[in-house]
Amino acid sequence: MIPALDRKLLRDLWRLRSMGLAIAVVVASGIALLVASLICFDSLETTRDRYYARHEFGDVFANAKRVPRWVAGSLDELPGVDRADTRVTAGVTLDVPGTSEPVNGRLISLPDSGRPVLNGVTLRSGRWPDPGRAEEAIVNERFAQGHGLELGDQVFAVINGRRQRLEIVGTALSPEYVYAIAGGDLLPDPTRFGVFWMARRHLATAFDMEGGFNDISLSLAEGAAPEPAIAELDRLLEPYGGLGAIPRAQQISHWYLQNEMTGLRGMALLMPMIFLGIAAFLLNVVLRRMVAVQREQIAVLKAIGYSNLRLGLHFTQWAVVVSVLGGILGIALGALMSAAMLNLYMEYFRFPDLIMRWSWGHILAALLACGAASVLGAAAAVKSVVRLPPAEAMRPAAPDTFRVSLLERLGLKRWLTQPLRMVLRNLSRRPARAAMSVIGIAFSASIMVLASAAMDSFEELMQLQFNVVQRQDVTVTFFEPEGRAAFYELASVPGVVEVEPLNGASARLRNGNRNRQVGIQALQPDARLQRVVGADYQPVRFDRTGLILSRKLADVLGVAPGDTLRVEALQGTRPERDMVVSATVDDLMGVSAYMEPAALRRFLSDSATMSGAALGIDPAARDSVYAALKGMPVVAGVALQHAMLESFETFVAENMNNTMAINLLFAMVIAFGVIYNTARISLSERSRELASMRVMGFTRAEIGVVLFGELAILTAAAIPVGLGLGYSMLAGMLAAYETELFRMPLVTEPGTFAWASAAVVVAMGLSAAVVRHKLNRLDLVEVLKTRE
Amino acid sequence: MNGNGSGANGGLAVSMRDVTKVYQMGEVEVHALRGVSVDLEVGGFLVLLGPSGSGKSTLLNILGGLDVPTSGQVLYRGQDLTRADEGELTRYRRRRVGFVFQFYNLIPSLNARENVELVTEISDDPLPAQEALDIVGLADRSSHFPSQMSGGEQQRVAIARAIAKRPDILLCDEPTGALDITTGIQVLEALERVNRDYGATTAIITHNAAIATIADRVVSLADGRISRQHVNETRAAASTIQW
Ligand SMILES: Nc1ncnc2c1ncn2[C@@H]1O[C@H](COP(=O)(O)OP(=O)(O)OP(=O)(O)O)[C@@H](O)[C@H]1O
Ligand SMILES: [Mg+2]
Repeated sequence: MIPALDRKLLRDLWRLRSMGLAIAVVVASGIALLVASLICFDSLETTRDRYYARHEFGDVFANAKRVPRWVAGSLDELPGVDRADTRVTAGVTLDVPGTSEPVNGRLISLPDSGRPVLNGVTLRSGRWPDPGRAEEAIVNERFAQGHGLELGDQVFAVINGRRQRLEIVGTALSPEYVYAIAGGDLLPDPTRFGVFWMARRHLATAFDMEGGFNDISLSLAEGAAPEPAIAELDRLLEPYGGLGAIPRAQQISHWYLQNEMTGLRGMALLMPMIFLGIAAFLLNVVLRRMVAVQREQIAVLKAIGYSNLRLGLHFTQWAVVVSVLGGILGIALGALMSAAMLNLYMEYFRFPDLIMRWSWGHILAALLACGAASVLGAAAAVKSVVRLPPAEAMRPAAPDTFRVSLLERLGLKRWLTQPLRMVLRNLSRRPARAAMSVIGIAFSASIMVLASAAMDSFEELMQLQFNVVQRQDVTVTFFEPEGRAAFYELASVPGVVEVEPLNGASARLRNGNRNRQVGIQALQPDARLQRVVGADYQPVRFDRTGLILSRKLADVLGVAPGDTLRVEALQGTRPERDMVVSATVDDLMGVSAYMEPAALRRFLSDSATMSGAALGIDPAARDSVYAALKGMPVVAGVALQHAMLESFETFVAENMNNTMAINLLFAMVIAFGVIYNTARISLSERSRELASMRVMGFTRAEIGVVLFGELAILTAAAIPVGLGLGYSMLAGMLAAYETELFRMPLVTEPGTFAWASAAVVVAMGLSAAVVRHKLNRLDLVEVLKTRE
Repeated sequence: MNGNGSGANGGLAVSMRDVTKVYQMGEVEVHALRGVSVDLEVGGFLVLLGPSGSGKSTLLNILGGLDVPTSGQVLYRGQDLTRADEGELTRYRRRRVGFVFQFYNLIPSLNARENVELVTEISDDPLPAQEALDIVGLADRSSHFPSQMSGGEQQRVAIARAIAKRPDILLCDEPTGALDITTGIQVLEALERVNRDYGATTAIITHNAAIATIADRVVSLADGRISRQHVNETRAAASTIQW
């Protein structure tokens, strides 16, 4: 036998099923997000850690110009170093059959005997190259897939102006290229960046590295800090053109992965909190109404001898059942979502195998979160149950006291019909509840704003970077700083209509013990293609002497305009000098120091500072320009504006729709949950009034004004709050995500606000339609027969 | 049935013919009305008596267009209410009918005058709200909210609200049910005045047979049928009622 009180519970659950369901769905959304992010995070972390450990991903990385082989022996002696590996690597342009554009490639040496120990390579298909054969290479899997390359296919690397044939004998993955992105790109494009591993001997010959190396990886002993090793390594490599060692944390593939995982963790915390907070609020409202309606029943139960504890529990149970139901639904949804999310991640991050991590801890955490939300939601109602003195409660509750609302006192009274006055007075009688409803609805608008404005900001970044900062069609980088000859060579290519030299030097900027290795860019003050433009769209004005820093770089180094920095060049004769920071610029991509070209030349006492060039080309001559670039020995890399824009557009198209759809769904769940419950509670509180009005001859539409007027006012108040909230959440998020690689400007398109507002209004319309259905079935006779 | 009561001035406001009402409660059928025929003369004052569950409220609700009969005919000035759709019934209530309930059913968020204005705002030719309150003797309480008034006062506001539209028909379901003698008499006096001065056809449900003396016609229901019906030769004044 089910105890009578529990039968009452079951009937209450059934009677209020639609409200319970609406709340359960809000809970489920929050829990789904929580569970999905936790599973994704743990799976990615486990997958990554196992992969890194099994294939001995390096802890410190460095490049130099050319280091003689005998130095390798002293690498093992560096502080904390467990193992050191040396390689020959080179950035080249590739000529891939079927693609007119020059493609960026990275050639990496494989040991002549055995397999690489650090940064181990996993063969995915085919076989290892035969060390005796110069042309054999294995390629990273994504690139092969992106170009549809099969085993036995050929591509050509342009080495010192000669086309060197590479025959693909295998495909592979490497922990160094989990996220394979070419330097300077924002988004990975599998067709634009290929990694090739080939026998060291042949690579060394091609790049004049016999008896030497130019790439160092170190692994550190358990618990050893990277800083001492980095400092010693830099000192060791200095005579050989060392370009500054970096810890794993700054390794580009690792950095992107880490960044993504930090975002996931943020999502695992923030979003579920919003959802569960809203669910707790809704439970609170519904339960309080339930207690108010059942006041006399509660009094009778107390009079019969039920304890406060038992009755308190009775009402808590309702909340717990609703949210645990939501929780279970959420866990199932979350598991499904995590699989889809991981699939998406695997598009961008390549691991040999994905280890799905699914722990009972997650389920427990999710259920605990549900429990906490339901207890929080039930607390106020339970308190009023406990406080209710039985004798008093047998009499009807003291009638609600109403006052003339503020708006009316301000003199608007003449304009308000009675139904409108009812709306205003109902709202002003429970300001706290109205405020909470407004906040709840506002959150749904803010989620929409956040999702869509993040895209706006990203688009703005792209637009600013590629239409205002970099207006060239092609950016060429050289192996070595070149002189005027390279400039004229580029200018003479048919189809090149504009050439702008990019002068720059690699340097380390030091302020006390903070330092960063950056490129110093020296742009012509009258540059037309590549310019220095801040987020305010204003080109930066150069002066004679000073150094202009990216604002992010100034922050990292802890300097402000007027301060002095130690600048150590990492090329040529490696001069060092103190320089004054004359200004900072809010640029958006990368961090750089900027100087006037003559000042840079003076500093380096070297005429060759042209590290690359920006080209404007005639679109009709594109293919012949590409062909010419592929054949130029000085060219190490070619970045194509249109390719970057295209990969950006694909990214937006692929992600925008998904992200928007998911966020729209979640925003609608919240908006619907809040508005529907608000409407249902109002309907329950007002049914007597509304029925009376129907009896007096008010039409359905007219009494609808009383109920839906309230919703409309709440929604109208919530929309600006939500837009503001979304905007500040975005500002917070962009500030938190500000990195040395890129910074997104805070912009929101008017369309975003329109979208978010429209979504909330639609949710209101939906809830109103459902409640309207109930309102139409209001039994006039029934309602009026009984005492409230 | 053409009894010409003293207060009636000829013509039928509403006439009901063989009205039945059956409520389907799952397997069980509840016969609330089993064939009732009643006429309300224009300007007449009818009292409905009968034990609990005899079908009084059901009858009144059908008269007022709140409910529709299972069979039979209800004619309002010749117009068949049983064929009216939802919108027509709403218009009928809006233009013609004033309702007063046992539990007042005032809107707690509106004060006395505003509760009356609720009706005057949607009526074509209403009494001024203040005048309606004056009729029920509450002119000086017009800015008080329901929670600040006694039960009798609230019921008189409800009457003011019902009469403000100058209804053709005033229907009251146990208007004094929740009140003591003195306040009950005040309420009845108000109803009497409205019937006399404004000519509203009035029907009142009551359990109190004493109240029947103020009517010009008394109909008793029992088990869904009319058990007795008589016409008072002279109507007593509400103030003379002994509870
Ligand atoms: N909605 C309903 N569903 C089922 N039966 C109903 C419904 N409304 C009324 N009844 C039944 O119809 C019969 C007549 O009810 P009605 O309310 O008309 O009685 P009444 O004479 O007004 O009684 P009272 O004096 O107690 O108010 C009763 O038996 C009642 O149980
Ligand atoms: Mg009744």
